[in-house]
Amino acid sequence: MTKDQASDCGPDARRRALGLLARATVDELAGPLARFWPDVTPRELRPADTGLVMLRGRAGGDGAPFNLGEATVSRAVVELPTGERGFGHLLGRDVEQARRIAALDALWQRDGDCALLEAHVLGPIAKRLTAAIAKHAAETAATRVEFFTLVRGEDAA
Amino acid sequence: MYVAVKGGEQAIRNAHALLADKRRGDRDVPAITTTQIDEQLALAVDRVMSESSLYDRRIAALAIKQARGDMIEAIFLVRAYRTTLPRFGFCEPFDTGAMALRRRISATFKDLPGGQVLGPTFDYTHRLIDFELDAGTEVPTAPTASAPPPGSSPRVTDLIARDDLIERETTAPHDAPVSDITRDAPSFPSPRDARLQTLARGDEGFLLGLAYSTQRGYGRNHPFVGEIRFGEVEAELFVEELGFAVPLGEVAVTECQMVTQFTGGDGRPARFTRGYGLAFGQSERKAMSMALVDRALRAEDYSEERKGPAQDEEFVLSHCDNVQATGFVEHLKLPHYVDFQAELALLRRLRREGEAKAEAAE
Amino acid sequence: MSLAAFADPVFESQAAFRAVLRAMSSPGAVMSLGAGVTPPAPLRPAAAAVLLALCDFETPLWLSPAYAGSEVGAWLKFHTGATVAKEPAGAAFALIDLARDPLDLAAFAQGTAAYPDRSTTIIGEVEGLATAPGLRLIGPGVNGEARLAVSPLPPQFAESWRINNEGFPLGIDMVFAAPGAVAALPRTTRILGIV
Repeated sequence: MTKDQASDCGPDARRRALGLLARATVDELAGPLARFWPDVTPRELRPADTGLVMLRGRAGGDGAPFNLGEATVSRAVVELPTGERGFGHLLGRDVEQARRIAALDALWQRDGDCALLEAHVLGPIAKRLTAAIAKHAAETAATRVEFFTLVRGEDAA
Repeated sequence: MYVAVKGGEQAIRNAHALLADKRRGDRDVPAITTTQIDEQLALAVDRVMSESSLYDRRIAALAIKQARGDMIEAIFLVRAYRTTLPRFGFCEPFDTGAMALRRRISATFKDLPGGQVLGPTFDYTHRLIDFELDAGTEVPTAPTASAPPPGSSPRVTDLIARDDLIERETTAPHDAPVSDITRDAPSFPSPRDARLQTLARGDEGFLLGLAYSTQRGYGRNHPFVGEIRFGEVEAELFVEELGFAVPLGEVAVTECQMVTQFTGGDGRPARFTRGYGLAFGQSERKAMSMALVDRALRAEDYSEERKGPAQDEEFVLSHCDNVQATGFVEHLKLPHYVDFQAELALLRRLRREGEAKAEAAE
Repeated sequence: MSLAAFADPVFESQAAFRAVLRAMSSPGAVMSLGAGVTPPAPLRPAAAAVLLALCDFETPLWLSPAYAGSEVGAWLKFHTGATVAKEPAGAAFALIDLARDPLDLAAFAQGTAAYPDRSTTIIGEVEGLATAPGLRLIGPGVNGEARLAVSPLPPQFAESWRINNEGFPLGIDMVFAAPGAVAALPRTTRILGIV
């Protein structure tokens, strides 16, 4: 199955993939990389590093932006021998994980590898996240207040 | 005047060793781990992240451990750590309307789309010390219920705004410059974005006291909690080589919208006014205090006379940063020997002159 | 884009920074720099090292015409995040090929009264730098008088620099970059003459 058939090839599909990769655990990326692409050694185009991004809020929630504070972020840019360039970004200081994301982003762009990635990397991450989101939502929903009004004596009469 | 003093290297080395020893404490007691701090003292971690202005839970947890629980010392450590990292860019502004909610309440309306959702709150506890906690009793998992579909909880301020009863926030063109107090020295009057950035990293205690003062009459707020929401929002960074904003992961934030005293006049219809607070983690008291102080500082926008300390921009913004504050307060510990000798000499001379005059008068 | 920038960004950018710092604080000193960096033509290693160390996404960079149509802008953007400035007056840094392009100090940002440091810092690529007869330099950081040979020297440079001196505290600071070496003229350095 080619990349075109597995999912659309536009920026939205790639963005979705990168979003899932950014939230992956180390095992969810290291495991499949070792299992399916053990001989893939992408070249680092720029040394992977950790830095800061400034997070922003909006005044009043929907007004003009303001700088809220920074977050640590790690990033990597790699290139496969076949020419695909992959970008890895995630919150936190795990540079090795950024490299894994970049490698998988590059592989995602290769026909043939994309479907494998969807099945063995993105699919399992999405499944875990869906379950976690559902659990949090269910716990939160249990704390929703059910108001009931008391009928007063005069009204009931 | 500061004296350059030498000597004391050995004393300092020994002091650091003593500090490390005391920090570890009784070796028969298990050492506390940063994971435990991150998990079980999560609100301490949230405060350190907010006031050091760096969202990284493990760094904040480690700083708390290193600082032996002294929160401002921990904040100082994280501020220092922040200076060792290069900045890559600015994230897209958070869409708190799309937050994955863990808590959402309003004091203005009982029935809201999405409802009043309490989340993990202390609000209704009876504040009785729980000795079961000390006994290490196992804690059961939380109860669950069926969840509503996402997007069920619109902003309360939008609901009030539907009838044009609350002022709207001003928006800005997409690439308008945003003030950055980490780059430009503050100047007064300060634009609102710089004020919000300053308040966001401000000391919770200081802002709480100022917020309280506005309620006690030092300022004319009549505030209501329009909405408090706590949960996760997505951080996204625009990467030029990709041409789109890349998701980086989730950030937990608390947002508070205060609905305050309505005002009108000059032909404008009366509308509720607003204050806004936003903080990292589940930092509700901070977000609320920030919102009240934000509103107090907006005196110009509402033609209000600045009478209370919370309305004094220079007072609030220059003193709310606890690292700056402790820097100057604690610097008093540095040797001021020569300074003090000069004072002592002056005082003695004045005494002598005074005594001489008194004798002469007799 | 695949050409090598700093292999070890921490140590190499520190070394580049210290070289420029030393060059600025002791005008006339020639510091070696640039080993291990392979920039795209026509940018050469010493100038590349300076830009890699000093530029980031918040410092717009103006490129003189000699660099137009080359990979230089894209390479620097990739490695530092620096955007190309459209106008000289909007640039934090400017890269000028002094052998091929004119040097107009007045066209760049001069700084403001409140922030004199917010002027453009110019990195001028030349063929040779030596502590040898050339410019006679005096001023802060110079013990008596220093000699700096810059080749090629832009036409009327001494006169342009005199006008730059008069604008103090505003004005341009310059870094010269030759193969393997850098030297610098902060705005406080005066040129007595050319030997």
